[in-house]
Amino acid sequence: MLIKRSAAPRPSASRSRIADAFASVAGAPVDRRSFLRRSGLAAGGLAAVGTLSLTTVRKAEAGPTIPGVPTEIRKNVCTHCSVGCTVTAEVQNGVWTGQEPSFTSPINIGTHCAKGASVRELVHGDRRLKYPMKLEGGEWKRIGWDQAIDEIGSKLTAIRDASGPDSVFLLGSAKFTNEAAYLFRKFAAFWGTNTVDHQARICHSTTVAGVANTWGYGAMTNSYNDINNSKAIMIMGGNPAEAHPVSLQHVLRGKEVNRAQMIVVDPRFTRTAAHATEYVRLRPGSDIPLIWGMLWHIFENGWEDKEYIRQRVYGMDEIRKEVGKWAPAEVERVTGVPGEQVRRIAEIMAKNKPSTLIWCMGITQHTVGTANVRALSILQLALGNIGVAGGGANIFRGHTNVQGATDLGLDVTTLPAYYGLAEGAWKHFARAWEVDYEYLLNRFGKADMPRDAKKKLMEAKGIPTTRWFDGVLNEAKDVDQPDLIRGMVVFGHGGNTVTRMPEVKTGIEKLELLVVADPHPTTFAALSDRRDGTYLLPICTNFETAGSRTASNRSLQWGEQVVKPIFESKDDYEVLYLLSRRLGFADQMFKNIKVDGVHPEPEDILREINRSCWSIGYTGQSPERLKLHMKHQADFDKITLLGREGSPVAGDYYGLPWPCWGTPELKHPGTHVLYDTSKHVMKGGGAFRARFGVERNGESLLADGSYSAGSEIEDGYPEFTYGMLKKLGWDSDLTAEELAVIQRVGGASPDGVSWTTDLSGGIQRVALLHGCSPMGNAKARAVAWNLPDPIPVHREPIYTSRPDLVAQYPTRDDSRDFRVLNIGRTVQTKAVEQKLADKFPILLTSGRLVEYEGGGEETRSNKWLAELQQDMFVEVNVDDARRLGVRDGGMVWVYGPENGAKARMKALVTARVGKGVAFMPFHFAGFWQGADQRGNYPKGTDPIVLGESVNTLTTYGYDPATFMQETKVTLCRIEAA
Amino acid sequence: MARMKFLCDSERCIECNACVTACKNEHEVPWGINRRRVVTINDGTPGERSISMACMHCTDAPCAAVCPVDCFYTTADGVVLHSKDLCIGCGYCFYACPFGAPQYPQLGNFGSRGKMDKCTFCSGGPEDDVTPAEYEKYGANRLAEGKLPLCAEMCSTKALLAGDGDIIASIYKERVVTRGYGTGAWGWSVAYKDASAA
Repeated sequence: MLIKRSAAPRPSASRSRIADAFASVAGAPVDRRSFLRRSGLAAGGLAAVGTLSLTTVRKAEAGPTIPGVPTEIRKNVCTHCSVGCTVTAEVQNGVWTGQEPSFTSPINIGTHCAKGASVRELVHGDRRLKYPMKLEGGEWKRIGWDQAIDEIGSKLTAIRDASGPDSVFLLGSAKFTNEAAYLFRKFAAFWGTNTVDHQARICHSTTVAGVANTWGYGAMTNSYNDINNSKAIMIMGGNPAEAHPVSLQHVLRGKEVNRAQMIVVDPRFTRTAAHATEYVRLRPGSDIPLIWGMLWHIFENGWEDKEYIRQRVYGMDEIRKEVGKWAPAEVERVTGVPGEQVRRIAEIMAKNKPSTLIWCMGITQHTVGTANVRALSILQLALGNIGVAGGGANIFRGHTNVQGATDLGLDVTTLPAYYGLAEGAWKHFARAWEVDYEYLLNRFGKADMPRDAKKKLMEAKGIPTTRWFDGVLNEAKDVDQPDLIRGMVVFGHGGNTVTRMPEVKTGIEKLELLVVADPHPTTFAALSDRRDGTYLLPICTNFETAGSRTASNRSLQWGEQVVKPIFESKDDYEVLYLLSRRLGFADQMFKNIKVDGVHPEPEDILREINRSCWSIGYTGQSPERLKLHMKHQADFDKITLLGREGSPVAGDYYGLPWPCWGTPELKHPGTHVLYDTSKHVMKGGGAFRARFGVERNGESLLADGSYSAGSEIEDGYPEFTYGMLKKLGWDSDLTAEELAVIQRVGGASPDGVSWTTDLSGGIQRVALLHGCSPMGNAKARAVAWNLPDPIPVHREPIYTSRPDLVAQYPTRDDSRDFRVLNIGRTVQTKAVEQKLADKFPILLTSGRLVEYEGGGEETRSNKWLAELQQDMFVEVNVDDARRLGVRDGGMVWVYGPENGAKARMKALVTARVGKGVAFMPFHFAGFWQGADQRGNYPKGTDPIVLGESVNTLTTYGYDPATFMQETKVTLCRIEAA
Repeated sequence: MARMKFLCDSERCIECNACVTACKNEHEVPWGINRRRVVTINDGTPGERSISMACMHCTDAPCAAVCPVDCFYTTADGVVLHSKDLCIGCGYCFYACPFGAPQYPQLGNFGSRGKMDKCTFCSGGPEDDVTPAEYEKYGANRLAEGKLPLCAEMCSTKALLAGDGDIIASIYKERVVTRGYGTGAWGWSVAYKDASAA
């Protein structure tokens, strides 16, 4: 037999090959500790390993592909979920040739999932859009960038002149960097519309609305790493083993090290459930009854944290009354969960604290999404788990920068940083952007409209992405703006992501102009029978541009450009610059942003964000600080995320998780755990935000005897203003420069200048100096009086499988919001009257697969991933399949109750779904009601794998607070094909 | 002396397939050939477990025992490699392997098999280390560069361990003691005979 090494001269016969390898490559024998680390010891003794350095090994690393060519290491962030895994790219001669594990990243600690381990393929780009294209007479035609920008510019201007800027729907992306997201929102403002949205509408808009209205900010309260500290973990409506695989590293380690109980609540026995200590199968859409059922036991047994509630929660007594209606028998009747199990999970969560609650789309994508989120938040408040390491509401978001894009205002209801759309918000940004408020106002509405009408449009919520096609197809009287939507500009967004797809298709066909700016043509380009007026602009991927991204835990990570944009693609910055220049407002929009030729510099955009986004503490994260963190990743603790003493990042939390108060010079460390009173505010401590006034019905809304460590005010207090500083006598701590800025901002009434509008950061600085949180110290709200349901109540889905419950738990009445109608009640009533639950007897729900992401165009074009999931399928319960004559692997037709919808796909017969429930993944497109649409893609850009979209079958239903769509509960009928 | 082994902790494996795509990406393994794959048992029911499988680099490897052209060899690190120059694609090793590791590209329309391909523990083949010739036939040689197999290095939950058998056994033991459940390193007794310890 061949023994490879015995033939070659060996330095020492007794040394094994691996030791030789280390010795020859690194120049010194590897020490045992470095070797252990590479073996995966990090899994066992994590904290100790965090301090080890790998320098002896990493120095000489070279890609295998081109021996002898020097290798450059560049770091960026994986694009496929919100965990924020560092991607370490090896670049040779400007080509990305290899990918190495990122052991120093405190978040992923070297690991990836199937998507992260194959991101290099995105930049090889076999199936990418290579140059701008235009649809002419049904044919795709190659054009140049100049022509594309010029023609798009003319068409946009024509629509604007005839119908006003609101007739163009702007759809942004959770794949944007923070800088591109901010730029896109700014673009919309200068274009003159609030109809600018992105994926958050259809993933966590209800989370943002729900938790922000409960305790102040719409974000994950703790972090993935912090789950290592949890004593009990409850995952509800989420399947992170597939959607956020790297997060499971932290979850499973928490489970193992703390011997934590892990409860998974889901209609499906998911890959996550397979690792649970307790699996709870509930009827889809019955989340509130289950949570109230748990709280029923908690209140009944006095397991709630009474002192915490007294000090920090408003309105819990009213919740108690609602919960009183959910005795075990009723909970079991509505949810299908055995009463004993509800008691058991309530006890686990109450008696193993800190306990954390994790949720995803299973909670948010419902007609009761916001109420669901609020119910879960209230459960954590009752247990005193918010603002506590190991506790928290750990909301896992879906895209690399969906948190950042939400924060920076790709949302029809607000300007960046949740300032809203009121006059004060516009004036703040007019000051920050150094443009005239009247100029911005005049960008809105049609030119000949009176000022008041323009101002009204300027302050009105836009049309969200779930409803844009209603803005195209409805009658003009049902759309509250000067004209219907006639054009659409989509950056980085799938076309199969919203429900009622047959109507989406008609909507796309009716548009006069469709611009798709994306690395791939996406379903938008291929779905419809359009013949003219579609433009495709090739945008590079995240890895071909630089900028920061905000992970789910609010940490910002700076990604370097790995390689230059391939083919003729350009990055978002440049395309937005070119468009704004063509439309005539580039000079105003880029007044304070450095533009290199036609390329705006991302660092400088971030500096403008730092100068303007005070309300959520996006101000301390200068590009320099973020780059320093990426360089010194190894110096951060893998659980607390705290920078090691003696290192250049000492005392900082990794990625300066927002809020990172004040100016960068203030050196605030960022906030790892939100609302944590055990720490000083300058060490990341804080309290619930005083956002909703100081008093309600005679009861104080400010915290009672609870305050963050070292606070000079040892009680609750409102948010800081200049007037408040004066009352406290702290105004003398302001510098002359700060005072001058405050007076300039405030004009005649400087007392009203607050921590959010003071452009100097002085008010924040002085508050922090005295140990106080700039946003105040209030109670969290168990009752949110400004929401449609101030106290969450159960409401049956529109198309429910339990019509017998509709009379008792109906959906909300029809209403009009976001410029369009919401006729959910009418649809529900009709569905019950027509007995649709009999004609469509199977409940259809949807979700994610590990190999694909979102609409799936990008991941289905990646050959390594496509190979692993080659077919669209529907999971059918074993009993149902037997009854319907459906074979495992056989083809079926699935029919939906609206639009005569049908879809053909493979059946996966499994006990994973309960009886009467079917599940479909939502990543597929390219087949339409049985027909192959591969020919609709420009040649060579069709994804490898195509399939029917679940959204062909999904139906009406919108959350009243955010117009989130219902994707998790509808009805269908399955027949063997 | 180091003896390289794989260990898959089924209490940790979540079937995320990172090991599969990491391998494909590192070695440019063509569509249809899977040096590593994840197998799920009891799919969709309580007791569901996933295991990442590839060549286990057996002690006294059965593939080598049946190979008519004797193309297999074991390195000093205990890695089982083969020579594609000698391999005739007969497929005997596929029948001998308890783990289904050997893979064959289809050559013609009548199902004739090309030269066998399998996991190399990221350590190439008989050619000189880290050369284009070696890369083309066997993929990257990470061991020669002082690195471990990428599948294990990138495993999302650190379920898959690769490295010196003694070290990964001690990591695994520590893990099992900490959590108090889930012993039994899948496949070890088959692959390594004397490895009952883990």
